[in-house]
Amino acid sequence: MGRITLDKVQKAFGEVEVIPPLDLTIEDGEFVVFVGPSGCGKSTLLRLIAGLEDVTGGQIRIDGNDATSVPPAKRGLAMVFQSYALYPHMSVRKNIAFPLRMAKMEQAEQDRRVQAAADVLNLSDYIDRRPGQLSGGQRQRVAIGRAIVREPSAFLFDEPLSNLDAALRHGMRLEISELHKRLDTTMIYVTHDQVEAMTMADKIVVLQAGVIEQVGSPLELYKTPRNLFVAGFIGSPKMNFFDGAEAAKHDAHTIGIRPEHLTVSTTEGMWKGTVGVAEHLGSDTFMHIHPEANPSETITVRVGGEFSATHGDTVFLTPASDNIHRFDADGMRMG
Amino acid sequence: MARAVTTQRKALNTTLAWIIGLLIFFPILWTILTSFKTEAEAIANPPVFLFFDWTLENYAVVQERSNYMRFLWNSVIIAGGSTILGVLIAVPAAWSMAFVPSRRTKDILLWMLSTKMLPAVGVLYPIYLLCIQLGVLDNRLALVVILMLINLPIIVWMLYTYFREIPGEILEAARMDGAGLKEEILYVLTPMAIPGIASTLLLNFILAWNEAFWTLNLTSVDAAPLTAFIASYSSPEGLFFAKLSAASTMAIAPILILGWFSQKQLVRGLTFGAVK
Repeated sequence: MGRITLDKVQKAFGEVEVIPPLDLTIEDGEFVVFVGPSGCGKSTLLRLIAGLEDVTGGQIRIDGNDATSVPPAKRGLAMVFQSYALYPHMSVRKNIAFPLRMAKMEQAEQDRRVQAAADVLNLSDYIDRRPGQLSGGQRQRVAIGRAIVREPSAFLFDEPLSNLDAALRHGMRLEISELHKRLDTTMIYVTHDQVEAMTMADKIVVLQAGVIEQVGSPLELYKTPRNLFVAGFIGSPKMNFFDGAEAAKHDAHTIGIRPEHLTVSTTEGMWKGTVGVAEHLGSDTFMHIHPEANPSETITVRVGGEFSATHGDTVFLTPASDNIHRFDADGMRMG
Repeated sequence: MARAVTTQRKALNTTLAWIIGLLIFFPILWTILTSFKTEAEAIANPPVFLFFDWTLENYAVVQERSNYMRFLWNSVIIAGGSTILGVLIAVPAAWSMAFVPSRRTKDILLWMLSTKMLPAVGVLYPIYLLCIQLGVLDNRLALVVILMLINLPIIVWMLYTYFREIPGEILEAARMDGAGLKEEILYVLTPMAIPGIASTLLLNFILAWNEAFWTLNLTSVDAAPLTAFIASYSSPEGLFFAKLSAASTMAIAPILILGWFSQKQLVRGLTFGAVK
């Protein structure tokens, strides 16, 4: 079981309020991702749940029990750190067995569980090495192994992949997702990478300055962002925003159109512009276009496949009318 | 051309280092040499350097007159005891300062270090009286405690700098893994800090071994360590240089040997934090 409830949870460091009172419920077995720009309080929130920081106010409940002042060791949660935080003086085997040793588990059972975790994570060949002799990906696996052996009620991940290179990151992302499917245990995952958030999460919590901007499934956030911040944060490349006359045509203060919801033509369209930079990826073409009406601005367009355009070409853009997001003067979604 | 300059400079540096090293080492060398001379040769003018009749007579006399082993044993107990006791107290202290610092931590560290700036003689009288009152004058245990207190600021400070190098996340990981405070310090922090703790132990053992002010003032017979052993051979008239040298050589030999075998650790201990 791993249902975690935050009730008016609040955190201040001295005078500085990092997290104003906040409510959130994480259901058992859910994969929840906290995402937001750096300094938005997502890691602090995770550390509050872990018990590594004390809350300034409010209550944290784990499976219905008040855990607000329970020390981290007794919360039944496991955490994977960004820096892996392995014990450098212990072998892989001892690292993984450490939580079991702390729980005073029988040696035979310890060995069985460590072996099982090592098999699952492909660590059997390195089991007697020290962390210093392992690569980044292997170290991260050891950290995950150390977390799974104790069968926690929830896993906490604090930007676990940000120290890995791109290829490894993709592989580990899949491994963690698969692990979640297999264990069916609650996982809370902190990242600033919205691609990680979109691909892994059942539920995304978008945070800014300690405030929850929106909670929802990846597609909910993509299709119906609640405000300008979420609209701009979720989706890559970023959504294009238009103020003024264009927005007024749609009875809004600001309208937003995602790069993939603009069609490009060399002959006709709603807006005329010149190509600034065109990025040809083969599978996609990203173009940064300066509209004729306002050349200092840039509109990003994504076209599937190859589109031949170079710097200085004149193109026409047409937004897909079903996919125009409208926002009011406060930046909140309309309709 | 540039290479030639660097080679020259290297040679110059090496020569300078040797000169300085020999200058520092010379008194020790002279003491050792003198301990093998006769009393007459020891005060000969001009002094004789290497060409004299080497004799072990002084050692025999010193050994006959006083019980070297008893002084040695006292030194080992006082220096070892105060160091071990000090580290046992300093590990939790340094842990709290390094990993759960408060707004006052820096001030406390400075204040602790500032006690080392106090001239020891300033507190001799009160401590001497205290020892009399408690009936622990010339008592090894009392010296263990006093020397521990004297060196404690340095031990805490050294361990603090070592602990600061250990990433806090590893200790947090231990906490998440179910380790209580005791397990965290015992199974995670201490093993990771072993090199630091070792050089701290070593340096403080040497400091306590060489400590003369308190050992001379607070002991007479029972608890007297090697410092008192040397002092007992110094006469106000400056006589019996050779015997004094023999006693000194015997007193410093153990610590010289210890230092020789642990040079690496010592240098690390002395320069730690200075160069990163």
